[in-house]
Amino acid sequence: MKLENMYQEIILDHYKRPHGKGLIEDSDAQVHHVNPTCGDEITLQVKHVPGTDKFTIHYDNQGCSISQASASILFDQLDGKSFAEGEPAVEHMVAMMQRAEEPDEDLLGDGIALVGVAAYPARVKCALLSWMAWKDAVIQAQGKEGK
Amino acid sequence: MSDLDVAAIKADFPILSRTIRDGKKLVYLDSGATSQKPRQVLDAEREFYEKHNAAVHRGAHQLAEEATDAYETARKKIATFIGAKVNEIVFTKNATEAINLVSYAFLNATLKAQNKKPLPEGSEQFVLHPGDELLVTEMEHHANLIPWQELADKTGVKLRWIGLTDSGRLDLSNLDSLITNKTRIVSLTHQSNLLGTINDIDVITKAAKKVNALVLLDACQSVPHMKVDVGTLNVDFITWSGHKMLGPLGIGCLWSRNELLNAMPPFITGGSMIETVSMEGSTFASAPQRFEAGVPMAAQAIGLAAAVDYLSAIGMDKVAAHEHKLTQLALELLGKIPGVRIIGPLDSANRGSAISFVVDGLHPHDVGQVLDEQGIAVRVGHHCAWPVCKRYQVPATTRATFYIYNDESDVEALAAGIIKAQEFFGVK
Repeated sequence: MKLENMYQEIILDHYKRPHGKGLIEDSDAQVHHVNPTCGDEITLQVKHVPGTDKFTIHYDNQGCSISQASASILFDQLDGKSFAEGEPAVEHMVAMMQRAEEPDEDLLGDGIALVGVAAYPARVKCALLSWMAWKDAVIQAQGKEGK
Repeated sequence: MSDLDVAAIKADFPILSRTIRDGKKLVYLDSGATSQKPRQVLDAEREFYEKHNAAVHRGAHQLAEEATDAYETARKKIATFIGAKVNEIVFTKNATEAINLVSYAFLNATLKAQNKKPLPEGSEQFVLHPGDELLVTEMEHHANLIPWQELADKTGVKLRWIGLTDSGRLDLSNLDSLITNKTRIVSLTHQSNLLGTINDIDVITKAAKKVNALVLLDACQSVPHMKVDVGTLNVDFITWSGHKMLGPLGIGCLWSRNELLNAMPPFITGGSMIETVSMEGSTFASAPQRFEAGVPMAAQAIGLAAAVDYLSAIGMDKVAAHEHKLTQLALELLGKIPGVRIIGPLDSANRGSAISFVVDGLHPHDVGQVLDEQGIAVRVGHHCAWPVCKRYQVPATTRATFYIYNDESDVEALAAGIIKAQEFFGVK
Protein backbone atom coordinates (compact mmCIF):
# COMPACT_ATOMS: atom_id res chain seq x y z
CA MET A 1 0.00 0.00 0.00
CA LYS A 2 2.97 2.31 0.52
CA LEU A 3 3.48 2.60 -3.22
CA GLU A 4 -0.17 3.56 -3.71
CA ASN A 5 0.28 6.13 -0.95
CA MET A 6 3.12 7.74 -2.82
CA TYR A 7 1.44 7.57 -6.20
CA GLN A 8 -1.95 8.92 -5.19
CA GLU A 9 -4.52 9.85 -7.85
CA ILE A 10 -3.90 13.55 -7.26
CA ILE A 11 -0.22 13.14 -8.02
CA LEU A 12 -0.83 11.08 -11.16
CA ASP A 13 -3.37 13.73 -12.32
CA HIS A 14 -0.81 16.50 -11.96
CA TYR A 15 1.74 14.30 -13.76
CA LYS A 16 -0.56 13.64 -16.72
CA ARG A 17 -1.96 17.19 -16.90
CA PRO A 18 0.64 19.51 -15.37
CA HIS A 19 -0.33 23.11 -14.61
CA GLY A 20 1.74 26.14 -15.54
CA LYS A 21 4.24 24.68 -17.98
CA GLY A 22 5.87 27.12 -20.37
CA LEU A 23 8.82 29.50 -20.32
CA ILE A 24 8.79 33.25 -21.12
CA GLU A 25 11.23 35.55 -22.86
CA ASP A 26 11.63 38.23 -20.19
CA SER A 27 11.85 36.61 -16.79
CA ASP A 28 13.57 38.29 -13.87
CA ALA A 29 15.50 35.17 -12.90
CA GLN A 30 15.97 31.74 -14.42
CA VAL A 31 17.49 28.74 -12.73
CA HIS A 32 18.30 25.23 -13.89
CA HIS A 33 18.22 22.49 -11.27
CA VAL A 34 19.10 18.88 -11.82
CA ASN A 35 18.81 15.64 -9.91
CA PRO A 36 21.85 13.79 -11.28
CA THR A 37 20.95 10.44 -9.73
CA CYS A 38 17.85 9.92 -11.81
CA GLY A 39 17.66 12.44 -14.63
CA ASP A 40 15.12 14.97 -13.35
CA GLU A 41 15.69 18.51 -14.65
CA ILE A 42 13.81 21.77 -14.31
CA THR A 43 14.26 25.22 -15.78
CA LEU A 44 12.27 27.62 -13.63
CA GLN A 45 11.71 31.34 -14.09
CA VAL A 46 10.07 33.96 -11.90
CA LYS A 47 8.79 37.35 -12.97
CA HIS A 48 8.11 40.17 -10.60
CA VAL A 49 4.55 41.54 -10.65
CA PRO A 50 5.04 45.34 -10.85
CA GLY A 51 3.89 47.31 -7.82
CA THR A 52 3.85 44.24 -5.59
CA ASP A 53 6.33 41.90 -3.95
CA LYS A 54 4.85 38.92 -5.79
CA PHE A 55 6.24 36.68 -8.55
CA THR A 56 4.72 34.65 -11.36
CA ILE A 57 6.19 31.21 -12.05
CA HIS A 58 7.12 29.76 -15.45
CA TYR A 59 8.87 26.45 -16.00
CA ASP A 60 9.78 23.59 -18.23
CA ASN A 61 10.91 20.25 -16.91
CA GLN A 62 11.50 16.61 -17.64
CA GLY A 63 11.67 13.78 -15.21
CA CYS A 64 9.78 11.27 -13.13
CA SER A 65 6.13 11.49 -12.14
CA ILE A 66 6.96 12.73 -8.65
CA SER A 67 9.15 15.62 -9.83
CA GLN A 68 6.72 16.63 -12.57
CA ALA A 69 3.65 16.42 -10.34
CA SER A 70 5.43 18.37 -7.64
CA ALA A 71 6.26 21.18 -10.07
CA SER A 72 2.62 21.40 -11.12
CA ILE A 73 1.54 21.52 -7.48
CA LEU A 74 4.16 24.18 -6.75
CA PHE A 75 2.70 26.30 -9.57
CA ASP A 76 -0.80 26.00 -8.13
CA GLN A 77 0.38 26.98 -4.67
CA LEU A 78 3.01 29.64 -5.23
CA ASP A 79 2.27 31.29 -8.59
CA GLY A 80 1.66 34.97 -7.88
CA LYS A 81 2.94 34.78 -4.30
CA SER A 82 5.72 36.71 -2.60
CA PHE A 83 8.81 35.20 -1.03
CA ALA A 84 7.36 35.90 2.42
CA GLU A 85 4.20 33.99 1.49
CA GLY A 86 5.91 31.14 -0.36
CA GLU A 87 8.92 30.37 1.77
CA PRO A 88 6.93 28.86 4.68
CA ALA A 89 5.35 26.47 2.17
CA VAL A 90 8.79 25.40 0.94
CA GLU A 91 10.07 24.91 4.49
CA HIS A 92 6.97 22.91 5.36
CA MET A 93 7.37 20.71 2.26
CA VAL A 94 10.94 19.92 3.33
CA ALA A 95 9.84 19.20 6.90
CA MET A 96 6.97 16.99 5.70
CA MET A 97 9.47 15.00 3.60
CA GLN A 98 11.57 14.47 6.70
CA ARG A 99 8.45 13.47 8.66
CA ALA A 100 9.18 16.36 11.01
CA GLU A 101 5.77 17.95 10.46
CA GLU A 102 2.26 16.72 9.69
CA PRO A 103 0.88 17.78 6.27
CA ASP A 104 -0.72 21.26 6.31
CA GLU A 105 -3.24 21.66 3.49
CA ASP A 106 -3.42 25.45 3.90
CA LEU A 107 0.27 25.72 3.10
CA LEU A 108 0.58 23.01 0.46
CA GLY A 109 -2.85 22.42 -1.09
CA ASP A 110 -2.62 19.28 -3.23
CA GLY A 111 1.00 19.10 -2.07
CA ILE A 112 -0.06 17.20 1.03
CA ALA A 113 -0.55 14.22 -1.29
CA LEU A 114 3.24 14.08 -1.58
CA VAL A 115 3.51 12.96 2.06
CA GLY A 116 3.85 9.36 0.84
CA VAL A 117 7.20 10.22 -0.70
CA ALA A 118 8.68 10.43 2.79
CA ALA A 119 8.59 6.60 2.90
CA TYR A 120 10.98 6.45 -0.06
CA PRO A 121 14.06 8.58 0.76
CA ALA A 122 15.48 8.13 -2.74
CA ARG A 123 12.49 10.08 -4.14
CA VAL A 124 12.58 13.05 -1.72
CA LYS A 125 14.93 14.98 -4.02
CA CYS A 126 12.46 14.45 -6.88
CA ALA A 127 9.64 15.98 -4.85
CA LEU A 128 11.74 18.92 -3.65
CA LEU A 129 13.45 19.75 -6.94
CA SER A 130 11.00 22.42 -8.16
CA TRP A 131 10.47 23.92 -4.69
CA MET A 132 14.24 24.42 -4.24
CA ALA A 133 14.39 25.87 -7.74
CA TRP A 134 11.61 28.36 -6.90
CA LYS A 135 13.40 29.49 -3.75
CA ASP A 136 16.66 29.89 -5.68
CA ALA A 137 15.00 31.85 -8.49
CA VAL A 138 13.14 34.25 -6.20
CA ILE A 139 16.26 34.93 -4.13
CA GLN A 140 18.17 35.66 -7.33
CA ALA A 141 15.39 37.92 -8.66
CA GLN A 142 15.25 39.81 -5.40
CA GLY A 143 19.02 40.09 -5.28
CA LYS A 144 19.05 41.71 -8.72
CA GLU A 145 16.50 44.25 -7.59
CA GLY A 146 18.73 45.08 -4.63
CA LYS A 147 16.03 44.14 -2.14
CA MET B 1 29.57 -26.78 -21.45
CA SER B 2 27.46 -27.58 -18.39
CA ASP B 3 25.20 -24.88 -16.96
CA LEU B 4 26.02 -22.97 -13.81
CA ASP B 5 24.40 -24.37 -10.68
CA VAL B 6 22.84 -21.02 -9.83
CA ALA B 7 21.00 -22.38 -6.79
CA ALA B 8 24.28 -23.55 -5.28
CA ILE B 9 25.93 -20.24 -6.12
CA LYS B 10 23.05 -18.25 -4.58
CA ALA B 11 23.46 -20.22 -1.36
CA ASP B 12 26.99 -18.79 -1.05
CA PHE B 13 25.64 -15.20 -0.96
CA PRO B 14 24.10 -14.38 2.43
CA ILE B 15 22.38 -11.20 1.24
CA LEU B 16 20.42 -13.02 -1.47
CA SER B 17 18.31 -14.78 1.14
CA ARG B 18 16.88 -11.55 2.56
CA THR B 19 13.51 -10.11 1.65
CA ILE B 20 12.68 -6.66 0.27
CA ARG B 21 9.83 -4.22 0.98
CA ASP B 22 6.80 -6.33 1.98
CA GLY B 23 8.58 -9.68 2.32
CA LYS B 24 9.35 -9.95 -1.39
CA LYS B 25 12.18 -12.19 -2.56
CA LEU B 26 15.21 -10.14 -3.62
CA VAL B 27 15.91 -10.24 -7.34
CA TYR B 28 19.22 -8.38 -7.60
CA LEU B 29 19.74 -6.98 -11.08
CA ASP B 30 22.19 -4.21 -10.23
CA SER B 31 25.56 -6.00 -10.31
CA GLY B 32 26.67 -3.41 -12.85
CA ALA B 33 26.65 -0.91 -10.00
CA THR B 34 28.11 -3.31 -7.46
CA SER B 35 28.10 -7.07 -7.11
CA GLN B 36 27.09 -9.04 -4.05
CA LYS B 37 29.74 -10.95 -2.07
CA PRO B 38 30.00 -14.69 -1.43
CA ARG B 39 30.69 -15.94 2.06
CA GLN B 40 34.17 -16.99 0.91
CA VAL B 41 35.15 -13.35 0.28
CA LEU B 42 33.62 -12.13 3.54
CA ASP B 43 35.36 -14.93 5.48
CA ALA B 44 38.75 -14.18 3.91
CA GLU B 45 38.57 -10.52 4.84
CA ARG B 46 37.35 -11.29 8.34
CA GLU B 47 40.06 -13.90 8.87
CA PHE B 48 42.73 -11.39 7.91
CA TYR B 49 41.53 -8.96 10.56
CA GLU B 50 41.13 -11.74 13.14
CA LYS B 51 44.47 -13.46 12.60
CA HIS B 52 46.99 -11.54 10.46
CA ASN B 53 46.23 -7.84 10.60
CA ALA B 54 49.22 -5.52 10.61
CA ALA B 55 50.61 -2.66 8.53
CA VAL B 56 51.98 -4.14 5.31
CA HIS B 57 55.60 -3.37 4.25
CA ARG B 58 56.24 -1.83 7.64
CA GLY B 59 57.76 -3.57 10.60
CA ALA B 60 59.76 -6.68 11.20
CA HIS B 61 57.46 -8.50 13.59
CA GLN B 62 55.66 -11.73 12.75
CA LEU B 63 52.23 -10.19 12.18
CA ALA B 64 53.76 -7.67 9.78
CA GLU B 65 55.44 -10.51 7.89
CA GLU B 66 52.19 -12.46 7.65
CA ALA B 67 50.20 -9.40 6.55
CA THR B 68 52.78 -8.50 3.91
CA ASP B 69 52.95 -12.06 2.66
CA ALA B 70 49.16 -12.27 2.41
CA TYR B 71 48.99 -8.93 0.56
CA GLU B 72 51.66 -9.83 -1.99
CA THR B 73 50.24 -13.32 -2.46
CA ALA B 74 46.90 -11.66 -3.22
CA ARG B 75 48.61 -9.44 -5.79
CA LYS B 76 50.14 -12.50 -7.48
CA LYS B 77 46.80 -14.27 -7.60
CA ILE B 78 45.05 -11.26 -9.11
CA ALA B 79 47.84 -10.82 -11.66
CA THR B 80 47.57 -14.46 -12.74
CA PHE B 81 43.79 -14.05 -13.14
CA ILE B 82 44.37 -11.70 -16.09
CA GLY B 83 47.55 -13.40 -17.37
CA ALA B 84 49.87 -10.74 -15.95
CA LYS B 85 53.07 -10.63 -13.89
CA VAL B 86 52.96 -9.72 -10.23
CA ASN B 87 54.88 -6.43 -10.60
CA GLU B 88 52.39 -5.25 -13.23
CA ILE B 89 49.46 -4.83 -10.81
CA VAL B 90 48.92 -1.59 -8.89
CA PHE B 91 46.21 -1.58 -6.22
CA THR B 92 44.05 1.53 -6.13
CA LYS B 93 40.80 2.44 -4.41
CA ASN B 94 38.81 1.59 -7.54
CA ALA B 95 38.87 1.87 -11.32
CA THR B 96 38.05 5.59 -11.15
CA GLU B 97 41.23 6.18 -9.17
CA ALA B 98 43.21 3.92 -11.51
CA ILE B 99 42.15 5.94 -14.55
CA ASN B 100 42.95 9.17 -12.73
CA LEU B 101 46.39 7.69 -11.93
CA VAL B 102 47.15 7.44 -15.65
CA SER B 103 45.69 10.85 -16.54
CA TYR B 104 47.71 12.43 -13.73
CA ALA B 105 50.86 10.71 -14.99
CA PHE B 106 50.42 12.81 -18.12
CA LEU B 107 49.70 15.98 -16.15
CA ASN B 108 52.53 15.53 -13.67
CA ALA B 109 55.06 14.60 -16.35
CA THR B 110 54.02 17.62 -18.43
CA LEU B 111 54.25 20.04 -15.48
CA LYS B 112 57.57 18.68 -14.23
CA ALA B 113 59.05 18.80 -17.73
CA GLN B 114 57.94 22.44 -18.05
CA ASN B 115 59.70 23.19 -14.76
CA LYS B 116 62.72 21.09 -15.72
CA LYS B 117 62.29 18.88 -12.65
CA PRO B 118 63.53 15.28 -12.44
CA LEU B 119 61.38 12.66 -14.13
CA PRO B 120 61.72 8.88 -14.47
CA GLU B 121 63.45 7.46 -17.52
CA GLY B 122 61.07 7.00 -20.41
CA SER B 123 58.64 9.65 -19.14
CA GLU B 124 58.67 11.59 -22.45
CA GLN B 125 55.76 9.45 -23.59
CA PHE B 126 53.69 11.14 -20.89
CA VAL B 127 54.77 14.73 -21.60
CA LEU B 128 52.07 16.57 -23.56
CA HIS B 129 52.74 19.30 -26.11
CA PRO B 130 50.50 21.88 -27.81
CA GLY B 131 48.59 20.25 -30.63
CA ASP B 132 48.48 16.83 -28.93
CA GLU B 133 45.18 14.99 -28.73
CA LEU B 134 43.46 12.56 -26.38
CA LEU B 135 40.81 10.15 -27.72
CA VAL B 136 37.90 8.61 -25.86
CA THR B 137 34.46 7.41 -27.03
CA GLU B 138 30.92 8.68 -26.62
CA MET B 139 29.94 5.59 -24.63
CA GLU B 140 32.38 6.06 -21.75
CA HIS B 141 31.47 5.98 -18.08
CA HIS B 142 32.17 9.37 -16.52
CA ALA B 143 35.26 7.86 -14.82
CA ASN B 144 36.81 7.44 -18.26
CA LEU B 145 35.69 10.81 -19.57
CA ILE B 146 36.00 13.49 -16.90
CA PRO B 147 39.69 12.79 -16.10
CA TRP B 148 40.55 13.29 -19.78
CA GLN B 149 38.41 16.45 -20.03
CA GLU B 150 40.25 17.80 -17.01
CA LEU B 151 43.63 16.83 -18.44
CA ALA B 152 42.80 18.61 -21.68
CA ASP B 153 41.59 21.72 -19.81
CA LYS B 154 44.73 21.86 -17.67
CA THR B 155 47.27 21.30 -20.43
CA GLY B 156 45.55 22.85 -23.45
CA VAL B 157 45.52 19.63 -25.51
CA LYS B 158 42.41 18.60 -27.41
CA LEU B 159 39.94 15.89 -26.41
CA ARG B 160 38.20 14.05 -29.24
CA TRP B 161 35.88 11.06 -29.26
CA ILE B 162 34.67 8.16 -31.36
CA GLY B 163 30.93 8.53 -31.96
CA LEU B 164 28.24 5.86 -31.75
CA THR B 165 26.05 4.20 -34.37
CA ASP B 166 22.28 4.13 -33.98
CA SER B 167 22.53 0.49 -32.97
CA GLY B 168 24.77 1.21 -29.97
CA ARG B 169 28.19 0.36 -31.37
CA LEU B 170 31.30 2.44 -31.97
CA ASP B 171 31.21 4.37 -35.24
CA LEU B 172 34.59 3.41 -36.68
CA SER B 173 33.94 4.89 -40.12
CA ASN B 174 36.32 7.82 -39.54
CA LEU B 175 38.75 6.10 -37.19
CA ASP B 176 41.83 7.04 -39.21
CA SER B 177 40.96 10.72 -38.86
CA LEU B 178 40.55 10.27 -35.11
CA ILE B 179 43.70 8.23 -34.37
CA THR B 180 46.50 10.27 -35.93
CA ASN B 181 50.09 11.09 -35.10
CA LYS B 182 48.72 13.79 -32.76
CA THR B 183 47.00 11.15 -30.61
CA ARG B 184 48.83 10.41 -27.36
CA ILE B 185 46.36 8.04 -25.71
CA VAL B 186 43.15 6.26 -26.66
CA SER B 187 41.04 5.41 -23.62
CA LEU B 188 37.95 3.29 -24.08
CA THR B 189 35.64 0.84 -22.40
CA HIS B 190 35.80 -2.88 -23.06
CA GLN B 191 32.12 -3.34 -22.24
CA SER B 192 29.65 -0.46 -21.88
CA ASN B 193 27.90 -0.28 -18.51
CA LEU B 194 24.80 1.21 -20.12
CA LEU B 195 24.59 -0.23 -23.63
CA GLY B 196 26.17 -3.62 -22.94
CA THR B 197 28.29 -3.24 -26.08
CA ILE B 198 31.52 -5.24 -26.14
CA ASN B 199 34.04 -3.32 -28.23
CA ASP B 200 36.50 -4.73 -30.74
CA ILE B 201 39.78 -3.74 -29.15
CA ASP B 202 42.03 -5.11 -31.92
CA VAL B 203 40.92 -2.51 -34.44
CA ILE B 204 41.74 0.21 -31.91
CA THR B 205 45.12 -1.13 -30.84
CA LYS B 206 46.20 -1.70 -34.45
CA ALA B 207 45.48 1.95 -35.30
CA ALA B 208 47.03 3.21 -32.07
CA LYS B 209 50.26 1.23 -32.47
CA LYS B 210 50.77 2.74 -35.93
CA VAL B 211 50.99 6.22 -34.38
CA ASN B 212 52.60 5.23 -31.06
CA ALA B 213 49.53 6.16 -29.06
CA LEU B 214 48.98 4.46 -25.72
CA VAL B 215 45.75 2.51 -25.16
CA LEU B 216 43.88 2.31 -21.87
CA LEU B 217 41.09 -0.22 -21.49
CA ASP B 218 38.37 0.38 -18.92
CA ALA B 219 37.59 -3.23 -18.03
CA CYS B 220 35.14 -2.64 -15.15
CA GLN B 221 32.35 -4.51 -16.89
CA SER B 222 34.53 -7.10 -18.63
CA VAL B 223 36.99 -8.53 -16.07
CA PRO B 224 34.11 -9.67 -13.82
CA HIS B 225 32.12 -11.19 -16.69
CA MET B 226 34.47 -12.72 -19.28
CA LYS B 227 38.00 -13.96 -19.75
CA VAL B 228 40.37 -10.98 -19.98
CA ASP B 229 43.99 -11.75 -20.82
CA VAL B 230 46.67 -9.08 -21.16
CA GLY B 231 48.53 -11.26 -23.64
CA THR B 232 45.74 -11.23 -26.21
CA LEU B 233 44.52 -7.67 -25.73
CA ASN B 234 47.71 -5.82 -26.63
CA VAL B 235 46.75 -2.66 -24.73
CA ASP B 236 48.94 -0.56 -22.43
CA PHE B 237 46.69 -0.10 -19.39
CA ILE B 238 43.77 -2.03 -17.99
CA THR B 239 41.65 -0.71 -15.11
CA TRP B 240 38.90 -2.40 -13.12
CA SER B 241 37.21 -2.39 -9.72
CA GLY B 242 37.16 -5.22 -7.20
CA HIS B 243 33.63 -4.60 -5.96
CA LYS B 244 32.06 -5.38 -9.35
CA MET B 245 33.67 -8.84 -9.38
CA LEU B 246 32.45 -10.18 -6.04
CA GLY B 247 35.29 -8.42 -4.21
CA PRO B 248 35.15 -5.84 -1.44
CA LEU B 249 34.43 -2.16 -1.93
CA GLY B 250 37.47 0.07 -1.78
CA ILE B 251 39.92 -1.82 -3.99
CA GLY B 252 40.62 -1.58 -7.70
CA CYS B 253 43.45 -2.41 -10.04
CA LEU B 254 45.62 -0.85 -12.69
CA TRP B 255 47.52 -3.27 -14.90
CA SER B 256 50.40 -2.11 -17.09
CA ARG B 257 53.77 -3.43 -18.21
CA ASN B 258 56.34 -2.83 -15.54
CA GLU B 259 58.63 -0.70 -17.74
CA LEU B 260 55.71 1.61 -18.59
CA LEU B 261 54.73 1.97 -14.94
CA ASN B 262 58.33 2.79 -14.11
CA ALA B 263 58.28 5.57 -16.71
CA MET B 264 55.39 7.31 -14.93
CA PRO B 265 55.67 9.92 -12.19
CA PRO B 266 53.65 9.16 -9.05
CA PHE B 267 50.04 10.24 -8.46
CA ILE B 268 49.22 10.08 -4.77
CA THR B 269 52.36 10.62 -2.75
CA GLY B 270 53.33 10.00 0.85
CA GLY B 271 54.60 7.01 2.78
CA SER B 272 55.50 3.65 1.20
CA MET B 273 56.08 4.95 -2.29
CA ILE B 274 59.45 6.57 -1.59
CA GLU B 275 63.05 5.51 -1.99
CA THR B 276 64.81 8.34 -0.11
CA VAL B 277 63.40 11.38 1.68
CA SER B 278 64.94 14.57 2.99
CA MET B 279 63.59 18.04 3.52
CA GLU B 280 65.24 19.13 0.28
CA GLY B 281 63.65 16.49 -1.87
CA SER B 282 62.65 12.87 -2.28
CA THR B 283 63.06 10.04 -4.73
CA PHE B 284 60.48 7.43 -5.46
CA ALA B 285 60.23 3.65 -5.33
CA SER B 286 59.86 1.58 -8.43
CA ALA B 287 56.49 0.31 -9.56
CA PRO B 288 54.09 -0.92 -8.32
CA GLN B 289 55.02 0.49 -4.90
CA ARG B 290 55.52 3.94 -6.44
CA PHE B 291 51.75 4.13 -6.86
CA GLU B 292 50.68 2.70 -3.50
CA ALA B 293 51.06 5.48 -0.95
CA GLY B 294 49.87 4.98 2.61
CA VAL B 295 49.18 1.82 4.54
CA PRO B 296 47.95 -0.72 2.01
CA MET B 297 44.33 -1.93 2.10
CA ALA B 298 45.50 -5.46 2.75
CA ALA B 299 42.16 -6.86 3.93
CA GLN B 300 40.46 -5.73 0.73
CA ALA B 301 43.26 -7.20 -1.39
CA ILE B 302 42.86 -10.54 0.36
CA GLY B 303 39.09 -10.33 -0.13
CA LEU B 304 39.63 -9.65 -3.84
CA ALA B 305 41.97 -12.64 -4.11
CA ALA B 306 39.23 -14.78 -2.59
CA ALA B 307 36.84 -13.41 -5.23
CA VAL B 308 39.36 -14.43 -7.89
CA ASP B 309 39.42 -17.93 -6.40
CA TYR B 310 35.63 -18.08 -6.46
CA LEU B 311 35.37 -16.99 -10.10
CA SER B 312 38.28 -19.17 -11.19
CA ALA B 313 36.61 -22.22 -9.66
CA ILE B 314 33.59 -21.54 -11.88
CA GLY B 315 35.66 -20.58 -14.91
CA MET B 316 35.27 -17.25 -16.73
CA ASP B 317 34.17 -18.97 -19.97
CA LYS B 318 31.29 -20.51 -18.04
CA VAL B 319 30.47 -17.16 -16.44
CA ALA B 320 30.34 -15.50 -19.86
CA ALA B 321 28.27 -18.31 -21.39
CA HIS B 322 25.78 -18.13 -18.52
CA GLU B 323 25.35 -14.38 -18.87
CA HIS B 324 25.08 -14.67 -22.62
CA LYS B 325 22.10 -16.99 -22.18
CA LEU B 326 20.41 -14.56 -19.80
CA THR B 327 21.16 -11.63 -22.12
CA GLN B 328 19.57 -13.43 -25.05
CA LEU B 329 16.48 -14.23 -22.98
CA ALA B 330 16.23 -10.66 -21.71
CA LEU B 331 16.53 -9.18 -25.23
CA GLU B 332 13.82 -11.57 -26.38
CA LEU B 333 11.37 -11.05 -23.51
CA LEU B 334 11.78 -7.28 -23.22
CA GLY B 335 11.77 -6.91 -26.99
CA LYS B 336 8.27 -8.44 -27.01
CA ILE B 337 6.72 -5.96 -24.57
CA PRO B 338 4.86 -3.19 -26.44
CA GLY B 339 6.09 0.25 -25.43
CA VAL B 340 9.50 -0.99 -24.27
CA ARG B 341 12.56 0.13 -26.22
CA ILE B 342 16.02 -1.25 -25.53
CA ILE B 343 18.84 1.32 -25.73
CA GLY B 344 21.86 -0.51 -27.07
CA PRO B 345 22.55 -3.43 -29.43
CA LEU B 346 19.58 -5.72 -29.97
CA ASP B 347 21.70 -8.66 -31.10
CA SER B 348 23.48 -10.68 -28.46
CA ALA B 349 26.76 -11.06 -30.35
CA ASN B 350 29.55 -9.06 -28.71
CA ARG B 351 27.06 -7.85 -26.18
CA GLY B 352 27.27 -8.04 -22.42
CA SER B 353 24.47 -8.33 -19.94
CA ALA B 354 23.72 -4.65 -19.26
CA ILE B 355 20.22 -4.11 -20.65
CA SER B 356 19.04 -0.50 -20.58
CA PHE B 357 15.54 0.33 -21.69
CA VAL B 358 12.87 3.01 -21.77
CA VAL B 359 9.12 2.54 -21.40
CA ASP B 360 6.70 4.76 -23.33
CA GLY B 361 4.88 7.17 -21.06
CA LEU B 362 6.88 6.18 -17.98
CA HIS B 363 9.97 7.75 -16.51
CA PRO B 364 12.71 5.27 -15.55
CA HIS B 365 12.53 6.37 -11.95
CA ASP B 366 8.87 5.35 -11.80
CA VAL B 367 9.56 2.04 -13.55
CA GLY B 368 12.33 1.37 -11.05
CA GLN B 369 10.02 2.20 -8.16
CA VAL B 370 7.39 -0.35 -9.17
CA LEU B 371 10.08 -2.97 -9.80
CA ASP B 372 11.56 -2.20 -6.38
CA GLU B 373 8.16 -2.77 -4.79
CA GLN B 374 8.26 -6.27 -6.27
CA GLY B 375 11.72 -6.93 -4.84
CA ILE B 376 13.51 -6.31 -8.14
CA ALA B 377 16.59 -4.08 -7.81
CA VAL B 378 17.57 -2.25 -10.99
CA ARG B 379 19.30 1.05 -11.59
CA VAL B 380 17.65 4.17 -12.99
CA GLY B 381 19.11 7.38 -14.32
CA HIS B 382 22.16 8.17 -16.42
CA HIS B 383 24.30 5.34 -15.03
CA CYS B 384 27.28 7.72 -14.99
CA ALA B 385 27.05 7.85 -18.78
CA TRP B 386 25.05 11.00 -19.40
CA PRO B 387 26.46 11.54 -22.95
CA VAL B 388 25.08 8.14 -23.96
CA CYS B 389 21.60 9.18 -22.85
CA LYS B 390 21.97 12.42 -24.82
CA ARG B 391 23.17 10.53 -27.89
CA TYR B 392 20.06 8.34 -27.92
CA GLN B 393 17.83 11.24 -26.86
CA VAL B 394 16.48 9.72 -23.70
CA PRO B 395 16.42 11.63 -20.40
CA ALA B 396 17.45 8.50 -18.51
CA THR B 397 17.04 4.73 -18.68
CA THR B 398 16.19 1.79 -16.46
CA ARG B 399 19.02 -0.74 -16.43
CA ALA B 400 19.19 -4.40 -15.45
CA THR B 401 22.51 -6.23 -15.21
CA PHE B 402 22.99 -9.95 -14.70
CA TYR B 403 25.65 -12.02 -12.95
CA ILE B 404 26.39 -15.56 -11.80
CA TYR B 405 23.66 -15.53 -9.14
CA ASN B 406 20.88 -14.65 -11.62
CA ASP B 407 18.83 -17.19 -13.55
CA GLU B 408 16.04 -17.33 -16.11
CA SER B 409 13.36 -16.78 -13.46
CA ASP B 410 15.00 -13.43 -12.65
CA VAL B 411 14.76 -12.36 -16.29
CA GLU B 412 11.12 -13.47 -16.39
CA ALA B 413 10.43 -11.56 -13.18
CA LEU B 414 11.93 -8.43 -14.76
CA ALA B 415 9.70 -8.72 -17.82
CA ALA B 416 6.60 -9.33 -15.69
CA GLY B 417 7.59 -6.44 -13.45
CA ILE B 418 7.82 -4.00 -16.35
CA ILE B 419 4.33 -4.99 -17.49
CA LYS B 420 3.09 -4.44 -13.93
CA ALA B 421 4.61 -0.94 -13.99
CA GLN B 422 2.80 -0.19 -17.23
CA GLU B 423 -0.47 -1.39 -15.67
CA PHE B 424 0.09 0.58 -12.47
CA PHE B 425 0.48 3.82 -14.38
CA GLY B 426 -2.17 2.97 -16.92
CA VAL B 427 0.10 3.12 -19.97
CA LYS B 428 -0.32 -0.49 -21.06
